[in-house]
Amino acid sequence: MKKIEAVIRVEKLDDVMDTLEKLGYPGMTVTRVEGHGRQKGLVEQFRGREFKVELLPKVKIEIIAHEKDVDKIVEGIYRTSRTGEIGDGKIFVYPVDNAMRIRTGEKGDSAL
Amino acid sequence: MRKKLFGLLCVIFLISLAGTLAFAQDPAGAKTLEANPSAPVDYVWILVCAFLVFFMQAGFAMVETGFCRAKNATNLMAKNTIDFVIASLFFMAFGFAIMMGQDFKGLFGTTGWFLHGSEYDVGRYLMFFWQLVFAGTAATIVSGAVAERLKFPAYLIYSAVVSLIIYPLYGHWVWGGGWLSKLPFGAGHVDFAGSGVVHTVGGFVGLAGAVLLGPRFGKFGKDGRPKAIPGHSITLAALGTFILWFGWFGFNPGSTFSAHQLRIAVIAVNTNLAAAAGAAAALLLVFAKTKKWDVGMMLNGCLAGLVAVTAPCAWVEAWAAVVIGLIAGILVVLSVYFWEARGVDDPVGAVSVHAINGVWGLISVGLFADGTYGLGNTGAPLVKGLFYGGGTSQLIAQLIGAGTCVLWALGLGLVLFKVMDLWFGIRVSPEEELKGLDIPEHGTPAYPNFYTMNG
Repeated sequence: MKKIEAVIRVEKLDDVMDTLEKLGYPGMTVTRVEGHGRQKGLVEQFRGREFKVELLPKVKIEIIAHEKDVDKIVEGIYRTSRTGEIGDGKIFVYPVDNAMRIRTGEKGDSAL
Repeated sequence: MRKKLFGLLCVIFLISLAGTLAFAQDPAGAKTLEANPSAPVDYVWILVCAFLVFFMQAGFAMVETGFCRAKNATNLMAKNTIDFVIASLFFMAFGFAIMMGQDFKGLFGTTGWFLHGSEYDVGRYLMFFWQLVFAGTAATIVSGAVAERLKFPAYLIYSAVVSLIIYPLYGHWVWGGGWLSKLPFGAGHVDFAGSGVVHTVGGFVGLAGAVLLGPRFGKFGKDGRPKAIPGHSITLAALGTFILWFGWFGFNPGSTFSAHQLRIAVIAVNTNLAAAAGAAAALLLVFAKTKKWDVGMMLNGCLAGLVAVTAPCAWVEAWAAVVIGLIAGILVVLSVYFWEARGVDDPVGAVSVHAINGVWGLISVGLFADGTYGLGNTGAPLVKGLFYGGGTSQLIAQLIGAGTCVLWALGLGLVLFKVMDLWFGIRVSPEEELKGLDIPEHGTPAYPNFYTMNG
């Protein structure tokens, strides 16, 4: 079991959700987050005065997947959410020790 | 306490008795209608316009909250409501008598306390209601300039003093038959719907408050350079601007105080044109500087045009209204940068919109008035400015009035806020300011079910 965590553009969320559903992973946790990478925010304007927004809104998707599916999921998110511009985000993969479906008490791979 | 109350009741009784003896009154309206069968159209016109002006309270509330942060939204709603509450009560008790009562040596009115006695008359109540919604507007302008850091009790006292003294006295000088209206220049100092009486007064009291309060935390960097503190909703600010723009169609045309003055059509057109020109000028000027279509400043520009055309709206042609609006739009942008560069923090631009453009509106009468209309009627004296061969006479009257207004409002505003500051301190604690005033002062967040960023 692996956890795939992707921080992506807000406007790419719908496309990425479609892709994940096609790959057989309709379930996910989505969090609205803020942050910046090397670009360090952007400039906005209010009543004639510019100001720097250091933290930009992004969405973070978390999916727990079977080992064998990890590569195609990462590839799927990458293909769907990439624009090639600064601010596309990042994908991380972590090992997961165990999982449990609370409704049934199933554990391990069958809980996914 | 009881003795005082008894004394007060006696005074009221005597005043009302004296009033009853002195004048004929018509509380039912039947006699008024019999004497003037066409009165209903005027009554309906004035009341509908007054309702529109009342609705401007909502406009101010939305503009101010939109331009400020979510953590102070409850506080701004509280202030924008309570100022009309206080204005209603105090203006009924004393303000109206000081402003529109029988003149004493051109300085203040002396009759009509508590709308009692001879004031119990449909015509006087109509006049009262019209003047009240204007007094409320003058009071509410200030809340924008002092937003996000003024203590609520200070705002209560301030609202009372504006409705009791600052607004009614100056109003008497211009509209109540006082000394400014009788200046020996031009047609006397004239201010059709209140660029000076309402907006310059409100704006300069606001400036006094903003100066004595000092800037909000984070408005100026360590190097002293001004920073933007973005408001939480351009949507609300735009809605508020639309409400104000709409309300102004009551504010200016209703100031004929008669539906029989068909000049109302000219006034409505001029009002609209100045708003449009002001918005366009501000938008283009900021675009030239930053290459962005700045909506916040466009909204300020629109209001600036409206404020400026308020004094001249009945005396100028369409082209002049456009020019007045364009200049207002430029002035508001320059003024916003000017005050920021001097360390004055005016969160919503109230000083730039109302104080500066109120003065410009008064002066513009002396330049653009075309001599086709008089003082709320078509008879002499007609109001004629410099560009229409009226010479500098009217302009001088306007300058005297504007200067008086600035000195009066700024001076009393400084005294008022300074006295309150020495007495109990007008600024909230730094902790409260950083948290936002909503929870420490009112216990109620404005958006409890939303995630709001408090910076």
